[in-house]
Amino acid sequence: MTIATSTELICFLVLSTVIVLGSLGVVLLENIVYSAFMLGGVFMAVAGLYLLLNASFVAAAQVLVYVGAVNVLIIFAIMLVNKREELKPIKGLRLRRIVSGAVCIGLLVLLVRVAIITPWPLPGPIAIGEEATARIGEHLFTDYLLPFELASVLLLMAMIGAIVLARRDVYDSELLAGDDMKEGLIEQTPTPLLVDKSSP
Amino acid sequence: MMTFTFFATSYLGIAGPGLDLKSSFVDSLQSFGLSTEMARLLWLPLPMLLVLTAAMVGVLVTVWLERKISAAAQQRIGPEFAGALGVLQPMADGLKLLVKEDVIPARADGLLFSLGPVLVLVPVILSWLIVPFGQTLLISNVGVGIFLWISLSSIQPIGLLMSGYASNNKYSLLGGLRAAAQSISYEIPLALSVLAVVMMSNSLSTVEIVNLQNDAGLLSWNVWRQPVGFVIFWICVLAECERLPFDLPEAEEELVAGYQTEYAGMKFALFYLGSYINLVLSALLVSVLYLGGWGFPIPVEWLASWLSQPIDAPLIQLVTGSVGIVMTVLKAYLLVFLAILLRWTTPRVRIDQLLDLGWKFLLPISLVNLLVTAALKLLFPLAFGG
Repeated sequence: MTIATSTELICFLVLSTVIVLGSLGVVLLENIVYSAFMLGGVFMAVAGLYLLLNASFVAAAQVLVYVGAVNVLIIFAIMLVNKREELKPIKGLRLRRIVSGAVCIGLLVLLVRVAIITPWPLPGPIAIGEEATARIGEHLFTDYLLPFELASVLLLMAMIGAIVLARRDVYDSELLAGDDMKEGLIEQTPTPLLVDKSSP
Repeated sequence: MMTFTFFATSYLGIAGPGLDLKSSFVDSLQSFGLSTEMARLLWLPLPMLLVLTAAMVGVLVTVWLERKISAAAQQRIGPEFAGALGVLQPMADGLKLLVKEDVIPARADGLLFSLGPVLVLVPVILSWLIVPFGQTLLISNVGVGIFLWISLSSIQPIGLLMSGYASNNKYSLLGGLRAAAQSISYEIPLALSVLAVVMMSNSLSTVEIVNLQNDAGLLSWNVWRQPVGFVIFWICVLAECERLPFDLPEAEEELVAGYQTEYAGMKFALFYLGSYINLVLSALLVSVLYLGGWGFPIPVEWLASWLSQPIDAPLIQLVTGSVGIVMTVLKAYLLVFLAILLRWTTPRVRIDQLLDLGWKFLLPISLVNLLVTAALKLLFPLAFGG
């Protein structure tokens, strides 16, 4: 066994251990903040697996999108709304845990079976490495153009929905007053936080 | 002179296109009877250690510059007793932080509290992987190049949020949240302005980006082709480094010191190091993306041909390599000087102004810039790398 292959094997084993233990931690830990940070670690380890598969562009995109955007937003949301309150005990917690555990184990068995019965070609297709960036671009603008555009429309819809939800106060008041709604949605003049000196 | 030339050819491996220290190191170790793999393994840590040392020295110089320039801006003298002109002052500061007691607040979350500064520092240091000081003078010419830096710099907010949360202090939490919001909103115009440069260079690799700018020296630098992108990139980089006018996350008058409030000793030093390494790195990347990287204002190939010297001669290669390193560092430090001057002469923006600037001004402008660049690339493929 050469140095390169043994290094690869060690990296693979370490990354897989991190992914499995980290995912278990995300699900099982009581503290939601710890779960969120562990999720970031799992995403990083998955990026490491992509690197091992010689897909550096996918790895970088994984870090940018999942760690840099998704995970940061999750942590951000948790910290903005993290109220320190004792959760009330739910009735039949034990039964719920057993049922959800059974469902998860069933899914796992299904996935393992698929992984075992699928005839994987060995060795697999040769990684194109550095050319991957250009190849991904080509695919996105030719045969995967429709899914790509649909995904962007979906994101646009989600964004507009979020804006409408977040500025519901403006929306409602403008609607009740019978004013032109568009102006209210676009811009309110920002009022600086100044102390009102006129009233005592 | 003969012996030196011999030294240069045999040990620095100056032959063929540019300096290739790696292959010459591997070759010389193989001549001692080591296997190729072992030789490569022994080579691996050397450039990393070298770049790490360079980054640390860069930080020391920057800290000294910051103290001296701020003193000049406020009509003081600044540090002057530690070494000539106070050049050893940053060393003294570092030593002081090193031996200070490492305090973890009683109600803080110890694990996350310690992990936060590390998560802030490591991505910044990793990003030095792609900074080129010459045609082959970089740790790794990875294919994803500049994209690696963008994705690594997006990890930093997690460390900031982590340390803000773990400190169990309202100012820390507010500082961490502000830092995350700021770096999320300025990452987008930053990435879009980098994308415009990448589109012109047809490559993500930093070496390719610099090579494209060095056809005609000063005139072919990207700053003339991307003036708007240059300004956007510079503003976003200042915001990502949390330098004034964008230092809201650690605004002293409002938040004590933001997410660093509870930190002392070496953990505080990690934040400090991280922010200055990030500043130097950003200046280096501005010079790589827009100011021709290691290129001399007049191409060295022209100079060599005027002096009727063969460009592939070992000695000329050594000289051009050194000129490249000096030019990269010079450009970067001019930008660092500008950043320090900005810090000590501008007021801080408010949080709403900061977000307005990012989302309502820089984002649309950088989108338009990208579109115009694409159109120009189609219209003038010669000038815009078709």
